[in-house]
Amino acid sequence: MLELSPEEWVAVHLSLKIALVATAVALPFGLALAWLLARKQFWGKALLDGLVHMPLVLPPVVTGYLLLISFGRRGPIGAFLADHFGIVFSFRWTGAALSCGVMGFPLLVRPIRLAIEAIDRKLEDAAATLGADRFWVFLTVTLPLAMPGVIAGMVLCFAKALGEFGATITFVSNIPGETQTISAAIYTFTQIPGGDAAAGRLVLVAIVISLAALIVAEWLARRAGTRFHGE
Amino acid sequence: MLAIDVEKRLGDFALTVRFKTAGGVTALFGASGAGKTTLVNMIAGLIAPDRGRIRLDDTVLFDSAARIDVSAHRRRIGYVFQEGRLFPHLSVAANLDYGRRMCGLARDGAETARILDLLDIGHLLDRRPGKLSGGERQRVAFGRALLMRPRLLLLDEPLASLDAPRKREILPYLEKLRDEVPMVYVSHHAPELKRIATSVVLLDAGRVAATGGIEVLDAATAELMG
Repeated sequence: MLELSPEEWVAVHLSLKIALVATAVALPFGLALAWLLARKQFWGKALLDGLVHMPLVLPPVVTGYLLLISFGRRGPIGAFLADHFGIVFSFRWTGAALSCGVMGFPLLVRPIRLAIEAIDRKLEDAAATLGADRFWVFLTVTLPLAMPGVIAGMVLCFAKALGEFGATITFVSNIPGETQTISAAIYTFTQIPGGDAAAGRLVLVAIVISLAALIVAEWLARRAGTRFHGE
Repeated sequence: MLAIDVEKRLGDFALTVRFKTAGGVTALFGASGAGKTTLVNMIAGLIAPDRGRIRLDDTVLFDSAARIDVSAHRRRIGYVFQEGRLFPHLSVAANLDYGRRMCGLARDGAETARILDLLDIGHLLDRRPGKLSGGERQRVAFGRALLMRPRLLLLDEPLASLDAPRKREILPYLEKLRDEVPMVYVSHHAPELKRIATSVVLLDAGRVAATGGIEVLDAATAELMG
């Protein structure tokens, strides 16, 4: 009863791969953007801030459609990336990772930004007087002190990526073995007669993965936190 | 030698300061709000003057006319802040080593040992700053600034956050530091300065009111007393 079929395993494996890749690729962009929004004043900042948050408020289908017309094979960005770098998104797992990354991006940026804003800038000044340029100040002071926020952002992004459905299915469809994640597979199983048991098994898997992510995040954040206060 | 000739406007507050020091320990003395910290931050490169020049020995650190503004991380000026500002996520040892690493200096075990000994902080190396007493924290902050081998050491009210017994505990260490490196020592506490300063710049409302030896402190305190 609780034994997963090969097809279900594929969906689980694919979901984890897509969520991990989406989070890992989004992270450097998220860090840069969070730092920019937390520390810099520039023209168009409110616009950029709004743009980052768009996927959170837009219907996911709209985000998926926008991805389709820009990153699809005939979309301007999609065609450029396919011609020059051989990177194809449409109907590939990479496209699923892209849509998951975009959907999770606001959830990644926000906690990191808040964590950076909470850091005493005087510590960064102190690092500068000790000879650290901006890059090293970020790497040795800002980033370690913002680590609990970074971990929180990564977990939220990962969870969002794992559960993403609307944008992904709109952008890259629901192809078993390529773009069919746990969520899409559950949806498919609920649409076919006798699919309840399979759907139920995948629901359990989704719950276990989500709980595990939460526990790991809690543990990591606690470790990062105690490093400031104790031995 | 430090030569300063700067102007800075911050809201309603205007700072116009010009003086030269001959090395040793220069006290920046004045009431709070006189502009002492602003001035020290300009020397460190943390804020830029609106106009003027700052020169340390033969290096121009800032010159608005020549558009020179050496950034803080290239000035090699040690800074001990009122609140220490040790990095909370690093051990005392890593805090002490930070400036050396960032400035790309070779490890010098003998020099490190000498400074640890001078400040009596060798037994604290494995601790986190959060586990230090106020006095220990400030001594580690002195050590951190000294170990980057600065050309000048700025001390902004380094004892202000400590109670009287702690101040008495730290002052002897500061006297020992006097021969290590030229210093600019900010304080509004005359007795502390008398023990350590070799020359005095008296600031009042953003201007230099007097310069000279430590006798300036007596005159200024007498005036404050009315």
